[in-house]
Amino acid sequence: MRTLYISLVSEFYKSRKTLAFWAAILLPVIISGLITFGFYSGSEKILGFHYPPMVLWAQYSGAALGVMGLLIMPFYVIFMAFSVNNIEHKNDTWKMLFAQPLNKFSIYAAKYLYAVFLIFTCLFLFASLTFAFGHLLQVLVPKYNFDQYNPLNLLINAYAKLFLSSLGILSVQFILSLLWADFLKPMGIGFVGTIMGIITANVGWKYAYLIPYSLPTLALRIAKVKKGADPLDFPVFTQEIWTSLIYAAVLFIIGYFIVTKKSIK
Amino acid sequence: MGNYAIETVGLNFNFGNQTIVKDLSLQVPKGSIYGFLGPNGAGKTTTIKILLNLLKSPADQVFIFGKEINSNRIAILKRVGALVEQPAIYGHLTGKENLINRCILLGIKKTKADEMLALVGLTEAANKKASKYSLGMKQRLGIAQALISDPELLLLDEPTNGLDPNGIIEVRNLMIELATKHQKTILVSSHLLAEIERTATHVGIINKGQLLFQGTIDELHLLSKPMLEIELNNIERAGAFITKAGYDIIAQTDKKITIPFTSSQKSGELNTLLIQNGFTVSSLYQQKKDLENLFLDITKTH
Repeated sequence: MRTLYISLVSEFYKSRKTLAFWAAILLPVIISGLITFGFYSGSEKILGFHYPPMVLWAQYSGAALGVMGLLIMPFYVIFMAFSVNNIEHKNDTWKMLFAQPLNKFSIYAAKYLYAVFLIFTCLFLFASLTFAFGHLLQVLVPKYNFDQYNPLNLLINAYAKLFLSSLGILSVQFILSLLWADFLKPMGIGFVGTIMGIITANVGWKYAYLIPYSLPTLALRIAKVKKGADPLDFPVFTQEIWTSLIYAAVLFIIGYFIVTKKSIK
Repeated sequence: MGNYAIETVGLNFNFGNQTIVKDLSLQVPKGSIYGFLGPNGAGKTTTIKILLNLLKSPADQVFIFGKEINSNRIAILKRVGALVEQPAIYGHLTGKENLINRCILLGIKKTKADEMLALVGLTEAANKKASKYSLGMKQRLGIAQALISDPELLLLDEPTNGLDPNGIIEVRNLMIELATKHQKTILVSSHLLAEIERTATHVGIINKGQLLFQGTIDELHLLSKPMLEIELNNIERAGAFITKAGYDIIAQTDKKITIPFTSSQKSGELNTLLIQNGFTVSSLYQQKKDLENLFLDITKTH
């Protein structure tokens, strides 16, 4: 456990000056900021629709979730998996890392967990900023009715689903980036996978949930489709989430065997 | 086995079908500076990577401090510092941050980073990005990283690569100081015999993955018989004269004559003899065999 902690601290120390780390913070700030600005400058038009508070929150948070879930999220995950490994490929530091008196599993697990942590941070910020900026909008435009509905459940559920459903992609991309030093191979495969995922998810193919790349889209789409007493109160652990977690766990273990067999030439 | 910091027993290593290291039996005594000599591609770096368990060796062939490497990886690595090929440096971090990162990984005090920077003369460049370092500075930083854990055994792969003459001398002195004052064992690889001769106490010569020679530096000197090269006028007559005086001529060109070197005194005597007999000796010097010739010599006898 100590070596895992040490390796995690080192991962943070190494990456804190890189784009990968700042992307986790800047991405939510910029996107949430833009959407909020849109809701502020276009407030008169939006007020004209006379949304009930719940629908207003759904529209507002859906703007970020829609963009994220469909396109940015898969690419963001691909980029994170790439950059955590690329820092060693680029500097030719794998040999140094594995010549330290630390067990290989900790080094590997720390890298994986750090990528998970970055994705979590990014989504956590998205949820928090959506919440905070929504209330800020209420202050700036008092005619809005953001204060009449508590969106916490909606935000937590939606972002938890997005987070969990992206772990499958992360594990696939993590292994690809571990194997290949260049950006194009994992990026290319990830790109094709993402497009395939979006298409299969949208045409409603029966087995779309078996493709990791389609899981974020599926996870969020189902949230919209389900109709009950409260359409925004949906279960987190659905089939997509379980598939994603199983993918993540299996590929995580396979990745470890790749690392132990990895010859450092 | 107890006296060796490194011992390999009939070590074999292949990349696929290609044999990189063949039946290698290194014996590096504790406290020695072991010069690991060989041309490029001889298997030096591969051997060093095996010693660090970066490449997996067959069981019971590699022992560091008497312990089998595959089953004692972490315990062994705690006592070893290494610089392999180009120094492993994060370009986006400063020199100091690179060392602090190493301190984090090794669980040692971060103040050690400043100490090491001072030791390798990088204090002024401490806060400069490592990607902006010159080759020599990177090499120093690499050495600092290898030394930071105060290891008993140092594996240095061509540590003077890219250093200027001053830097080379500094590294040399540092190695000698570490071995004599701090009782470290150092394995240093190089393709330059002259470089190894100045520091090493023991030498191993490797070519095409096979150890051709292993012994003390004095034993090596016995092998690399030095020559005496004489440049003088009237070369034809001089050749005949030298042969008559009882010397074996190894080589003769239109400018110089080469004979085996025995001692400085003998060289002086021959010089006097030549001058007394009317030859003008423009130069007379001891020439050691270069690595290439030494290799040829050693491969011939083995």
